[in-house]
Amino acid sequence: MRKVAIIGVGLSKFGERWELGLKELMAEAGLMAIQDANISSHQVDAIYGGTMSPGRFVGQEHVAALLADQLGFHNIPATRVENACASGGTALRQGFISVASGIHDIVVVGGVEKMTDVPLSDATTALGGAGDQELELSQGITFPGLYALMARRHMHEYGTTEEQLASVAVKNHDNAYKNPFAQFHKRITIDEVMKSKVVADPLKVLDSSPISDGAAVAVLAPLEIARKFNEVPIEILASTQASDSLSLSERSSFTEIKATQIAAKKAFEQAKVSQKDINVLEVHDCFTIAEIIALEDMGFFKKGEAAKATANGETVLNSKLSVNTSGGLKGCGHPVGATGVKQAVEIVWQLRGQAKDRQVSNANIGMTHNVGGSGATSVIHIMKRAD
Amino acid sequence: MEKPSASMWRRIKSRYNLVGSICKTCNTVYFPSRTVCRKCGRNTKMEDSTLSGLGEVYSFTKIYTPPEGFKDVAPYNIVAVKMKEGPIVEGHLVNASKDNIKIGMKVKAIFRKMLTEGDEGLIFYHFKFEPISV
Ligand SMILES: [Zn+2]
Repeated sequence: MRKVAIIGVGLSKFGERWELGLKELMAEAGLMAIQDANISSHQVDAIYGGTMSPGRFVGQEHVAALLADQLGFHNIPATRVENACASGGTALRQGFISVASGIHDIVVVGGVEKMTDVPLSDATTALGGAGDQELELSQGITFPGLYALMARRHMHEYGTTEEQLASVAVKNHDNAYKNPFAQFHKRITIDEVMKSKVVADPLKVLDSSPISDGAAVAVLAPLEIARKFNEVPIEILASTQASDSLSLSERSSFTEIKATQIAAKKAFEQAKVSQKDINVLEVHDCFTIAEIIALEDMGFFKKGEAAKATANGETVLNSKLSVNTSGGLKGCGHPVGATGVKQAVEIVWQLRGQAKDRQVSNANIGMTHNVGGSGATSVIHIMKRAD
Repeated sequence: MEKPSASMWRRIKSRYNLVGSICKTCNTVYFPSRTVCRKCGRNTKMEDSTLSGLGEVYSFTKIYTPPEGFKDVAPYNIVAVKMKEGPIVEGHLVNASKDNIKIGMKVKAIFRKMLTEGDEGLIFYHFKFEPISV
């Protein structure tokens, strides 16, 4: 297996991008990435495009070939990857596998979702398909509803409070405030979170990631030739993935995501690093409770302790572990297919020292965590500077 | 929601009568029913098994932002119930006020109207839960 590096990244601004369609969003991020990687279009061997539900959101399928054409890559193999909200992370992993295996050299990985053209109830229905349609969505159990069931149980077992959950959103909005690509540039307070409209009790609007448009692109190459394109390649030390039942009810516990626990354990083994080596981390905070459960499942905190630690400021920018410096899904926005790739883009910027106002001072090894549905898919990557 | 007709009728045994399945190799009860046992794989021996409908609340929420089709009934209470036979089953909770929903509360399954397809369309039924009064 060959070592794989990221040689270029690009991101569209996230948010309600009413002026841009799917094609223009992808092109905005893609052009930035191929310029960053210093590659010409004819050098790209293959493309993987992560997107969850473009058919529901804009009536467009077959998006990977569309992405290849929009970026001017002529006739290369283009493959769409769908794993709900983990589509982007899974596309990155497919790109990693294809380069590591030696089948392709230069591979472009994209993630995209254009969600704001449909009414909220349609978007809620489309996202609900990430859970078990027959079991959950057919009874009106929405995606926020599933995370609310997890939050309520976590509160019951560990004494986690709504205020502690709110501190996740406050922190991530603080980070997003410093990120020009983020959907929200507005700091919020615990009190504002607590008083925001209830979506699925105990989760409120400000506990929830928004509906967003956005795209993210990364360019991969074998590490042995990566320096020809970029002075600071970022090596992917680990790329792991695990799955579980689509329905929350068919899992033994609501306070952990087993797929994350398995993928994280494998990732630390593959990268030969441990939790204490990671100082910048992007986790899948689709709801505030999701960040808490992720930090516990990945072994950064013991079960039941991440919420208290977050409320104590142990995960803010430039603390021991800087979590969701991009603003996370909550502050930066969550165009579902784009999120997993955006997390990698943020880590690349952090490790290169290009994150400006939100730069983590000692960023050396970074990690991403991307979840599909209520935990049926979890994808994890660990990355390090390789200059 | 999507036109629910086909999958509603296909799943009628579980939605009307709480019919799940039991693997006779390992005696694990599943709801809804499934074909392959998670533990036994190719040694699966699956049979229908009807749940008693009795269980305890494992977690709960109240949904204020509904998907398509549920606007008229929102907000509504949802419970995850740990059934006497083992599986966790999610469903609507009726006949309970907000204050008396607690984890550990005993509930039983009942049969109720779920939603109507349009003003004069088909009415869909489904199991729901209600508190067992003590
Ligand atoms: Zn069995």
